[in-house]
This record gives sequence, C-alpha cells and structure tokens, in this order.
Amino acid sequence: MTSTNSTLNPAGGASAPPAGLRPARRRPSSRGAENRRKWYEIIGLTTPAVIVYVMFVLVPMGFAVYYSLFRWRGVGPPTDFVGFDNYVLAFEDPIFLDALRNNAIIVVGSLLIQGPIALGVALLLNRRFRGRTVFRLLVFVPYVLAEVTVGIMWKLILTDGGTVDALMRSLGLGGLVQAWLADLDVVIWTLLFVLTWKYVGFAIILLLAGLSNVPHELTEAAAIDGASWWQVQRHITLPLLGPTIRIWMFLSMIGSLQVFDVIWVTSVSSVRSLGASATMATYMVDNGFFARLWGYGNAVAVILFVISFVAALLFQRFLLRRDIQGAITRRVN
Amino acid sequence: MTVAANAVLPPPSKRRPVSWGNPLTYALALAVAAVSIAPVVYVIVGGFRTTPQIVANPAGLPDPWVFDNYARVLTQSDFWGQAFNSAVIALGTTLGVVVLGVCAAFVLARYTFRGREALYTFFTLGLLFPAGAAILPLYLMLRDLNLINSYYAVILPQIAFALPLTIVILRPFLAAIPRELEDAAAIDGTGRLGFLWLIVLPLSRPALVTVGILAFVASWNAFLLPLLVLGDVNLHTLPLGVQNFSSQYTSDTAGILAFTSLAMLPALLFFTFAEKQIVGGLQGAVKG
Repeated sequence: MTSTNSTLNPAGGASAPPAGLRPARRRPSSRGAENRRKWYEIIGLTTPAVIVYVMFVLVPMGFAVYYSLFRWRGVGPPTDFVGFDNYVLAFEDPIFLDALRNNAIIVVGSLLIQGPIALGVALLLNRRFRGRTVFRLLVFVPYVLAEVTVGIMWKLILTDGGTVDALMRSLGLGGLVQAWLADLDVVIWTLLFVLTWKYVGFAIILLLAGLSNVPHELTEAAAIDGASWWQVQRHITLPLLGPTIRIWMFLSMIGSLQVFDVIWVTSVSSVRSLGASATMATYMVDNGFFARLWGYGNAVAVILFVISFVAALLFQRFLLRRDIQGAITRRVN
Repeated sequence: MTVAANAVLPPPSKRRPVSWGNPLTYALALAVAAVSIAPVVYVIVGGFRTTPQIVANPAGLPDPWVFDNYARVLTQSDFWGQAFNSAVIALGTTLGVVVLGVCAAFVLARYTFRGREALYTFFTLGLLFPAGAAILPLYLMLRDLNLINSYYAVILPQIAFALPLTIVILRPFLAAIPRELEDAAAIDGTGRLGFLWLIVLPLSRPALVTVGILAFVASWNAFLLPLLVLGDVNLHTLPLGVQNFSSQYTSDTAGILAFTSLAMLPALLFFTFAEKQIVGGLQGAVKG
C-alpha cells in the first residue's frame, strides 16, 4: 500500500517532512484514498452482520404486519384482505385475553418473586466462605438446563400421584394436594413456580456480577465506621446495584412476555386451549402454525411485538436511561 | 476476569484469607442449593429405577439400581443422532455469532464515522423486542427460501437473534483497548485490519468466549425455532428429542427420566467449566 501510494504521489516519500506532527500514518495527499479505504473496511466488516440481522429479525417482523391484514391459510399469496379484522378477533377471543392475563401474571410474578429471592441469595453467596464457588455453581444449575428439559422434569414430578403429591402426603399436607398441571385455576400458579425456579439463577448471576463491581474499600470503610452488615447492604451495596437490578428487570420482563417453551411442554394442550395456561406465544403458535390460521397468527405476533416494544420503550425511557448515561458510582435512589 | 473489568476494578483481593463462614451462612446456602438441584438429582436418580418402582413409591430411592434405562436410551433411541444435530447447529451458530459480532462491534468501537451511533442503535433495537414474536413470518420466509428442514434454517436466525446482545457486550470491551496500542501498530505499518487480527482478537478472548458461550447455550437449549422449521425427524435436536420421547413413551416414566438426564448432562458439564467465564464476562456488560 505504501509503495503504491508513493508512486502515485512522488512528492511525499517516507521522508516527507511531517512538520512536527507525530509520524504520519495518513499523508495529506492520500487522504481521499485513505478515507475510501476506511469506508470499504466499515462496509466490509458490518455488512454481513447487517444482512443477517435485517433478513432474519426485521424483515420477518415486517412480513408479520403485512400478513396480519389478510385471512390466509398459508397457501399461495395472501389475497383475502380483511384489514384489522384479525386484531379485532384476537381481542374478542376470551382465550387470547386469558393469555394476556397469564403473561401479566408471569411478568409481575417473576419480578416480585425472583427479585427479592435473587437479591438475598446473591448477598449470601457474595460473603466469603469456604465452598462458595460450589454453592454458586449449584444455584446456577436450573438456569443452564434447557427449558424443555425443565418442563418435562417438572411435569413428571408434578404428575397426579407423583413425587410432590407423595411428599406432601408424607408430610401430612395431603389436603393441599392439587391437580397441579390440570386444574384450570391452579395451573398458571404452578407454572409461575416452575418459571421462578428456572430463571431465578439468571438474576443471581447478574447480581453477583454487579456485586463484584462494588468496591471493597467502600463497604470496609463503612464497616470500620461501625455500620452493621445490614446497614452496609442497605446504604452502600443496594444503591450501587441499582443499575444491575434494573437491567435484570428489563430482561426478565421481555423474557416473560415471550415465554413459550416451559409452558408448551408442561401443560396439557387441552388445558392450554381453554386459556388456563396459554401465553401470547403459545396462543400464537397454536393458532398460526398448528391450526394454519396464518393471517390470524401473524396478527397475534404483531400484538406480542407491539406490547413488548412499548413496554421496553417505557422501561428504557423511565428507568434505564440514567444507567445508560451514568456511572455506577452515582447514587441512584 | 475481563480486560475492561480489570481496568476499573480494585486489585483482586485474592490474598485475603478465606474463612469458614458462620453456621447460619452454611445452613442458608445449603437450603438454597438443595432447592436448586433436588429436582435435577431426582430425575437423574429416577433414571436408575424401574417404572413400577416409581409408581409404587414416587419419592423413593432406587432399590435395586437398574442401568437398563440409560443403556436403552443410549443404544435404542435417536439420542446420538440428536446430540450430533444439536452440536452441529450450536457450533455453527456460535461461530457465526462470534465472527459477525466481533466484526461489527470492532467497527462500532474503533472507527469514527457518520451514522455510527445510528448503526449501533439499529442493532440494539433487537434487544427491545422478543425474537419469538417474529417466528411465524420467519417460518414462512424460510419456507419460501427452501431452507426448511436444513441446519441453516436454525443457524441463520439464531445468529441474527444473538447479534444485538453480542454487539452490546463486545463494543465497550473493544473500545477499552488502549489507543496507544493502535498507534503503535500503525507505526509498525499495521493497518486497522491487521490491528484487529493481531492485537484486538487475542486481547479480547475473554469477551469472545463469553459471547460464544451465551450463543452456544442458547442454541443448545433452543426449542421453538427447531420445533417449527425441523419437521424431518433425522434433523431433530436434543430438546425436540426429549419432547418426542416423553410424548411417545408416556407410560415409560423411568425411560423418560433417563433420557431427560442424558439430555441435560452436556449442558451441566459445559456450564461447570464455563461458569467463571460467564460471570467474569458479564461484569463489563452490567456496568453498561
């Protein structure tokens, strides 16, 4: 490259006086070539990622909007234009409204149950004691297992007359035994329990990573000044964890809105189709893919997308903004 | 431990003596650990029982221990084929995510140009909505592209889904590499691409491993996308296999337990080795 340039530009050899600047890597006269090369690099390096991302994330989303305006069984091009009828149908279907309610239960339930548990466990496992690493590993186990595995596992454990029932009877709690996964009123709470068990480890991982960023100097200084363990956590650790907690809430919310796998393999399809355990995602797949109502399914996809997007934007606007701007040492409460 | 984290963290306090915690700490930690792994242990141990044993006493221990269920799954079922499919898809996804992600993140971290922040926002938009929402039109598109029932139908979308998070994790990491190193490389006659290849890639190995692990685990565990696009049984991955097996042999509880145990084993082993790396790599990310 250098040799090519010096032939193009006889005036500027390697000895061209840089006029007191640091060794020039871009000679003024080859700026245009350099600039063009920079753009080649930018385009060359980003294009593959942009293409894959646009093609498999954004374009499908656009098609979903288009298909959702048709009554279409997925064969041939869509022709039966129905406008927003599919959307109206969805919001008139009690099963879909149940799915919405279930998603709301899962979002709120996950935040309210997992948050405090994860915080407690993270603070516990952040203390220094022998064998801490092993305990950390054990706590992460449920999170790393495939959703399907977890679902099947709990389905076997919670089956009628299964392990949980047997254990409860032997503890004298036989009266509380339910049809955990078949009772229409109980199933969503059972699933919330399974989801909590599965995902609380993720919150713990994030919080432990956040805790390791809390400077020891601060907590030690406070302890030396006579602050109790609880006071240190309350006034130093927790405020410093604020950003981590909010990022977890954000990810948890998005995840809860699209939850599919665990619900799908755990709940009996008849229970799901009655709305007791349906979520927006299972409803979408049941109707769009398996019942071949492609136009309708895509309308549900768009609703799921819009709800997630709006929730994410609101969250970002009101809670996450200062984290993205700010340093973590700033007090946030 | 990441470079970015090292630059900000106080010196690691490894010298501090690790003491035995107080009994309450242990009691709580034991309780938490028990809740986490009891169901997993139950499934693994249950695989060593027979279905009549399980029906007679759902919460008991194997008596006697039988190895037949595991042997049956490993020899008669499609376990190995499904494990192979899972491995091909997960490795392909990981490779794609790391290569495409590091290229894009490198540009977003080390080049100044008009539209850079717009491009970054464009990628981070992907974090704002669930990829699952696009699954139906994605299926239709893959069908039109004749990609259904191929590894690509899973690999390509999974790369796309993973890119936003990958870029968000990698960008601050690549940006933290000192400017002086780039200047020094330039003085030695190395261009920006040489800098990427010779200096950035080796230095950012911890971050690359982290995003690689995240992509691998997500792909290994994926269910919905493979369920829709892999109709051909010979292409089924392990999660599909677990579901097939459990709905096909409903009455064979012991067999299902064995199959489920075997399917979760790779993930458990893998995670045991990678745990430190994941937590270390996330430290940079949660700092924002």
